[in-house]
Amino acid sequence: MNLAHVLTQVLEALVQVAAVAVGGPLLLGLMRKVRARLEGRVGAPIHQPLLDLRKLLAKQRMRPRESSWVFGAGPVVLVATAVAVAAISPLATTHPPLGQSTDFFAVVFVLLLGSVALALSALDTGTAFGGMGSSRSMTIGALCEPALLVAILAMAIAARTSNLPALVRDGLAHPAVIASPARILALASFLVVILAESGRLPVDNPSTHLELTMIHEALVLEYSGPDLGLIVVGESMRLVFLLGLLVNLLVPWGVADRPGAWAFGAGLLALAAKVAVVGVAIAVFEVFTAKMRLFRLPELLAGGFVLALLGAVTAVVR
Amino acid sequence: MNEVCVVTVGLAGVVAALLGGALPASSRVVAAVTFTWVSCAAALWAAVSVLSSDHVIALSSTAILPLTGVTVVLNPLGALFVVAIAVVAMASTLYWLGYASHGLATRSASSALPLFVTSMLLVPFAASVATFLVLWEMMALTSLVLVLTDQSRREAARSAAQWYAVMTHAGAAAILLALVLLSAHSGGQTFADIEAHARHLSGALRGTIFVIALLGFGSKAGAVPLHVWLPKAHAEAPGPASALMSGAMVNLGIYGILLVGNELLGGGPVWWWLLVSVLGVVSALYGALYAATSSDLKRLLAYSTADNMGLVMIAIGASGLFAASGHPMTAAVAMVAALLLMLNHSVFKGALFLAAGAVQVATGTRDLDRLGGLMRRMPVTGAVFLVGALSVAALPPFNGFVGEWLLFQGLLHGLPTSNTSVVISVSVAVAALALTGGLTVAAFVKATGIGFLGRPRSNEATDAHEVAITMRLGAGALAVLCLVLGLVPMLVLPAIERAAAGAGRINATSATRGWISLHLLGLRGVLAPSLLAGGMALAALAVIAVRRLAHHRRSWPAVNPVEPWGSGRKVQTARMQYTATSFAEPLQRVFDDVIRPSRDLDVSHLVESRYYIERIAYRTSNDDVIERQFYRPFIAGVRWWGQRARWFQNGSVHRYLAYGFVALVIVLVVVA
Repeated sequence: MNLAHVLTQVLEALVQVAAVAVGGPLLLGLMRKVRARLEGRVGAPIHQPLLDLRKLLAKQRMRPRESSWVFGAGPVVLVATAVAVAAISPLATTHPPLGQSTDFFAVVFVLLLGSVALALSALDTGTAFGGMGSSRSMTIGALCEPALLVAILAMAIAARTSNLPALVRDGLAHPAVIASPARILALASFLVVILAESGRLPVDNPSTHLELTMIHEALVLEYSGPDLGLIVVGESMRLVFLLGLLVNLLVPWGVADRPGAWAFGAGLLALAAKVAVVGVAIAVFEVFTAKMRLFRLPELLAGGFVLALLGAVTAVVR
Repeated sequence: MNEVCVVTVGLAGVVAALLGGALPASSRVVAAVTFTWVSCAAALWAAVSVLSSDHVIALSSTAILPLTGVTVVLNPLGALFVVAIAVVAMASTLYWLGYASHGLATRSASSALPLFVTSMLLVPFAASVATFLVLWEMMALTSLVLVLTDQSRREAARSAAQWYAVMTHAGAAAILLALVLLSAHSGGQTFADIEAHARHLSGALRGTIFVIALLGFGSKAGAVPLHVWLPKAHAEAPGPASALMSGAMVNLGIYGILLVGNELLGGGPVWWWLLVSVLGVVSALYGALYAATSSDLKRLLAYSTADNMGLVMIAIGASGLFAASGHPMTAAVAMVAALLLMLNHSVFKGALFLAAGAVQVATGTRDLDRLGGLMRRMPVTGAVFLVGALSVAALPPFNGFVGEWLLFQGLLHGLPTSNTSVVISVSVAVAALALTGGLTVAAFVKATGIGFLGRPRSNEATDAHEVAITMRLGAGALAVLCLVLGLVPMLVLPAIERAAAGAGRINATSATRGWISLHLLGLRGVLAPSLLAGGMALAALAVIAVRRLAHHRRSWPAVNPVEPWGSGRKVQTARMQYTATSFAEPLQRVFDDVIRPSRDLDVSHLVESRYYIERIAYRTSNDDVIERQFYRPFIAGVRWWGQRARWFQNGSVHRYLAYGFVALVIVLVVVA
């Protein structure tokens, strides 16, 4: 491995992380814009979240009086985990840096570390809201887990590996894999999990602050200034990252399969386009959906789990 | 040299116990700990030399035990268990130095604890039925003494000890039966004799023996429904003893299953391993569910032990299934996963129990609903618990993750090649594994978040101070080990593969390779835990730098402590926080049909008018549903029989003489 190769890899990783970090807030802006338009409002410009971020980063940091170091560490871990997985995952290219060791299970557990960090910092605030958000998000997380892991298993069984770049390349080389029931059922289940984990409708309404129903907003209620900015970046990076994985597993075409700057750039553009389409679709879906009651959620997630299990079984007996 | 080590293990342990019982209070714990360390060091030396050279240690003597003699053999599988026990024991005894002044410096405790450690260290050495059973029983009795330590102060400790005594002896009886059956049918009581003959026994007999042994060893490993003693005894035992029981003793249950199933009987048909898997799935789910809903810190940890042993059993079962269906490669990966999970569990559960013991020392309570705010008051203990919690939740970069990843790889590569019954059971196992993982995360976010973060919920927690330096060192060493094993699992993997090769009768010695990234040989699976952790650390540093830069050239303080938002209230009290009970409420409601908590609502009205309420009392308890539905009726039945039997044994001498006469007549009639 020569120096030029290593440098290219590092550069690719940085570009991929930067794209996800900037793309995250932009995706949020886009989804809000679509919602606003469908609801008959003009809505803020698409880059509004980026402007908000600039404002947040310039503010003073605050923490609840009796909190410990965990409170300040939460947002850092959240962003760090998102950055780590974004750097090594097959988003723009099927040969990401360290791609050989980009395991689907590892990626999911790294992201879980970010959620746990946030749930712990919410409890560190010592308020009822923090506990509420933490408890609810952990409940949903626990119930998401079977659907998520079995979905990964279903895809991995079919490909005989849980290596993410290999899964994407598999779809590129053999389009029949994508049309297989295992992949489709697993991805449907994966989508349910993404919606639940990133706090979108029908699991959580990202645009309300109502005590009785909020999950994610309760979790981050005590954060302000740069820490809140980090959380917004981290959460939106996770959303873009997960949607990016979803589209690359579902429609891998456009992702760079060869080395080279042009292919990489084209892969990046294709990724942006695909994620934007899915983002708009989710926004449209959200306009026409009501939030589910917290205690109806197990049914939704169990549905996701059943899809994944069916996928796994079809993958095995194929 | 190695043979000397084996003798040293036993001798140093006995000396430690004698000194602990004989010396005055001022010096007995130090002496006991010193000699226990000698014993542990000797055991570690022997185990490491076995694991690194494949050279088996064998010794036998007819002088120690009359009639049967003692036979000692240490093979790689036993050596791995010795390593796990010795590591936990060294940390726990170091911790004991500080803990002793909190009621663990009595003569009985100071001699029981070293004996407990030594007998555990020696169980994997045992290579004959008699040696094994004597050591097994010694382990049970000494740990029972330790559970009873607090019995004068706590009624619960006495009841826990009763449960533990009954369950462990029922288990020992089952083990005795299985081993005696084996030795009776193979004409010798050394394990070598049994191994040579056992494979020629009939399938039905082998199956019966395996099931009996599985029940016996399963009860030691905390397999549901034989787990009822675990949340009681592990919770009531004093700090270092609970760490030893949960981090080291339960492992020996797993060792027993591997010993009988794979070594003595030489592997078996698919249904054995299906049974082990099912037991594992039930234990994992049940343990995780109760850990998630329990609000007693040590009870939560004990249930999580049942959960983790369930995972190990799932892995062992999967390995057996794959081996029985002719796929040695995936069987090897699953067995390596099982042993790694076992080793990891020892380390992180040891750390967690030691930290929980420190909390109990500092606050006098284990009730999460009375804790909180300890991260600021006990920073080292808090950090140890946090590391342990992240490890048990299988989050990278800590050690729990690597084991679970290996297990997933084993299952995923083993599935496509199996037959239908295996496929369905393994798919269900994966789903159970995933739900278990999720519940464990919730349980440990609760334990850490409610116990150590936020505001203190009681005066005791407010006044808590960090514990003695030796306690912090003992617990901290295990926490550091959690991180090291998470970053470079390759340190122990070669040893584990040697052990797995013996345990699974499979060629596992090269299941994995690589130092920075972990490659599965013959399968497409790569994991680079240290690179992953390095990436996260770099990213975290970058994020912190960005956050700092945002403050550059500002005159205000970096972080401003403020009163949190209270919906307009001026002052918020600690009682407004979520408690462990409220944290677990959504999960408890989701799984209401399984755990059936008992709820009790008392509303008393004012005398003047029943439209005004004077007092509302709401009680809820989620005691173990298996204990309530199965054990309690059983105990009631036994008691009923006991009452009936008193009619026969009422103290009247005339009646006893009549019994003797009737018995004599019956004997004469039968003989004639």
